[in-house]
Amino acid sequence: MKKKSISKYVVDYILYICLVFMIIIIAVISPSFISVRVLSDVLIQSAPKILLAMGMLVVIIAGGMDMTVGRLAGLGAVISGTLAQQAAYYLKFWVSLPELPIWIPIAVSIIVGLVMGAITGVIISEYKVPAFLAGLGMQMIIYGANLLFLKKAPNNSQPLAGFKETFLKFGTGSIFGVSYLIIVAFVVMIFIFILLNMTTLGKNIYATGGNREAAKVAGINVFKVDMFVYMLSGALAALAGCMIAARTGSATATYAEGYEMDAIASCIIGGASFAGGIGNVPGAFLGVIIFSVINYGLTFVGLSSYWQYIVKGLIIIVAVALDMRKYASNK
Amino acid sequence: MENSEYVLEVKEMEKFFPGVKALDSVSLRVKQGTVHALMGENGAGKSTLMKCVYGIYSPDKGSILINGSKVSISNPKNAMDLGISMIHQELHPVRPQNVSENIFLGRIPYVKKMGIHWVDHQKLINETKEVFNKIGLTIDPKQKVSELSSAYCQLLEIARAVSIGARIIIMDEPTSSLTETETEILFKIIKQLKTENVAIIYISHKIDEILQISDDITIMRDGKNVGTWKASETTTDSIVSKMVGREMSNRFPPKSHKPGTEFLRVEGMTSTNPYSFQDISFTVRKGEIFGIGGLVGSQRSELIEAIFGLREISKGTIHINGREIVIKKPRDAIKNGMALLTEDRRKTGIIGSSSVVDNTLIVQQNVNPKEFSRKGLHFIDYKKRNAAAQKYVDILSIKTPALKTIIQSLSGGTQQKVLLGRWLLTQPDILILDEPTRGIDVGAKYEIYELMEEMARNGKCVIMISSEMPELMGMSDRIMVMCEGHMSGILEESEVTDEKIMLLASTYKDIREEI
Repeated sequence: MKKKSISKYVVDYILYICLVFMIIIIAVISPSFISVRVLSDVLIQSAPKILLAMGMLVVIIAGGMDMTVGRLAGLGAVISGTLAQQAAYYLKFWVSLPELPIWIPIAVSIIVGLVMGAITGVIISEYKVPAFLAGLGMQMIIYGANLLFLKKAPNNSQPLAGFKETFLKFGTGSIFGVSYLIIVAFVVMIFIFILLNMTTLGKNIYATGGNREAAKVAGINVFKVDMFVYMLSGALAALAGCMIAARTGSATATYAEGYEMDAIASCIIGGASFAGGIGNVPGAFLGVIIFSVINYGLTFVGLSSYWQYIVKGLIIIVAVALDMRKYASNK
Repeated sequence: MENSEYVLEVKEMEKFFPGVKALDSVSLRVKQGTVHALMGENGAGKSTLMKCVYGIYSPDKGSILINGSKVSISNPKNAMDLGISMIHQELHPVRPQNVSENIFLGRIPYVKKMGIHWVDHQKLINETKEVFNKIGLTIDPKQKVSELSSAYCQLLEIARAVSIGARIIIMDEPTSSLTETETEILFKIIKQLKTENVAIIYISHKIDEILQISDDITIMRDGKNVGTWKASETTTDSIVSKMVGREMSNRFPPKSHKPGTEFLRVEGMTSTNPYSFQDISFTVRKGEIFGIGGLVGSQRSELIEAIFGLREISKGTIHINGREIVIKKPRDAIKNGMALLTEDRRKTGIIGSSSVVDNTLIVQQNVNPKEFSRKGLHFIDYKKRNAAAQKYVDILSIKTPALKTIIQSLSGGTQQKVLLGRWLLTQPDILILDEPTRGIDVGAKYEIYELMEEMARNGKCVIMISSEMPELMGMSDRIMVMCEGHMSGILEESEVTDEKIMLLASTYKDIREEI
């Protein structure tokens, strides 16, 4: 009995165990990994991915999947980039645009994200296109539109740069030693946590993903739920794009390419179920952090960064296989 | 091979499910080359018995003999190897393939050239034609299965069974989705199969069909075998009385309610689908339990789902307490005091991955979020939610380890009670129950009956769809019987008999044919 419960603990907390284990290994090889600066770097790097994962988490809980978030973040980066350039920059995108307050580029990106999310939502919920395929199509359309937008003369597909001071500060600055990006990521996580656990809408999202037909019978407007989750995911993706642009000081259409897969993987190893109805914020957060630690940690200990793909792949498979066993034993 | 008179013998089979003895020492003997009908009410154990024979369930006791020798069947593959095939009620043909590929699924003939198995198309077509000739079926072997009607898909299954060399074919309600012409084709094929010395076990509720096609009739009741008779020696009446023949004294709570004035009026409900319900009108009084009876395919569930706003109607009106209301979506129905416990608990009832409390609250917190939120901000108040759920856990004596237990780990009866709690929480005036006691144990059934009584006693309308005749008769004040989407009659409690219900359920002639 005792032994059984230990193995159950191992299965239940495999993520935490994995993370601690990895940090220990990295720290043994290279003790300087355990420092405030390094850990804060890991978090800063993770911040945009946390936003993507939070949006994805809500979509997955509602029984869907948002394949557009990577490209949407790229679009967000480009749109905010074009609006955040210094007035005197010689390669300005909008030649005669005055310098705008920092909230405008961010707000415009988010609005575009909302609109794109709404389109994806309608395609999936109203026209019944499977989420994966709808996302695949939208992803290509968004990328193409982004490339065309960047090609506009006089920019001619150049990466954007020359952002104004305040925008760059949003990406690199900090308050009381805490990076703005980390603050945004935590605010978003708290927001999603409250949404999922403390509001009726959150309960409806779980119900819709858990059993769509039953949710309909129970009087839940599943179309509204779908629209909400895809729009939320779109807005967060666009905001994440702004964060990346602000941090790196430049923007181009290939930014955040393939991030949707990382976001999905983070949610899934964090305990969310593709079948819908299951998932939680701490799990998805941990999923992101584990991937970031692998990213950062492997290069830190001097291994080729190519190893990260193999390690990530293994972790996804092992985590999901263990999860499946957990459900099998519940049956 | 044929050294015994009986091709299949089942001896003293027993099967337990949690809370029920589904099979109680059942024996069955089937002669070769005959049609052996298996009859009984829903839940009598027919399907369970056949699933044991086919290796889907493993019986807890008893033995199976094929041609006089004892065999062990642990899975459907075993059964097929022994010459047993089962045609299921719901078919899952591989749609995009053509007919012959479907029949030889997994056994496609091939020629080996250069180490590769190439499909032998000629042989495939020829062998398919051979099988079709044998049973007198005329379908083009090259036709796509997706182009066939569900009736022909069923016949295809039979052809497949024959091609495997089945000596015993089990048919579970084969005609439930067939029109009359299609049924005739099926019967022709069954007769052909008889001449090929194939034994057929035929499960059905339709008595006239049984009398027409079968040689022997075995009747089951409450998991027991009532007896086997020659079809030529029985009549509709004797079958019905043997199927029903049970004491109905204390299976239902004593009637304590009294119907009052009219409350719900439904007029001319017609589906947008011409094959579904047509022009249905009825009224339900306050404090009345209104039963809806009929066979599978009578469109009863579709009707009430339409009333609840889940399906579209082309015409029809609903009045509640004399006021006309428009119901476009379930939320409208809920706001007008309706509650619907759906037929398929897993598909449209429980949120499997959620907890008991979340499952209980899902309707009410959505319709009236303020009830469960803190003042000011609209954040959920977990204390209020838990209190509400706990109240119904207590009232309905729901056996759950905790409120946050995930619902799918509970028994069917308990899940059903949670769903009832969900709807009672909304304080409905009209409680609609679709097969409320299907697949749940006897104890939970009685509790659900008591609850219905109480609702009626408090002046609420209770509408119950049920395929279980005793339940329908034991609980209802009036029974509306439907057949093929039409209302074939409403029976007052005083005039209700099994025979009348059976008759009404199968009388409305298939008008599809005439359209």
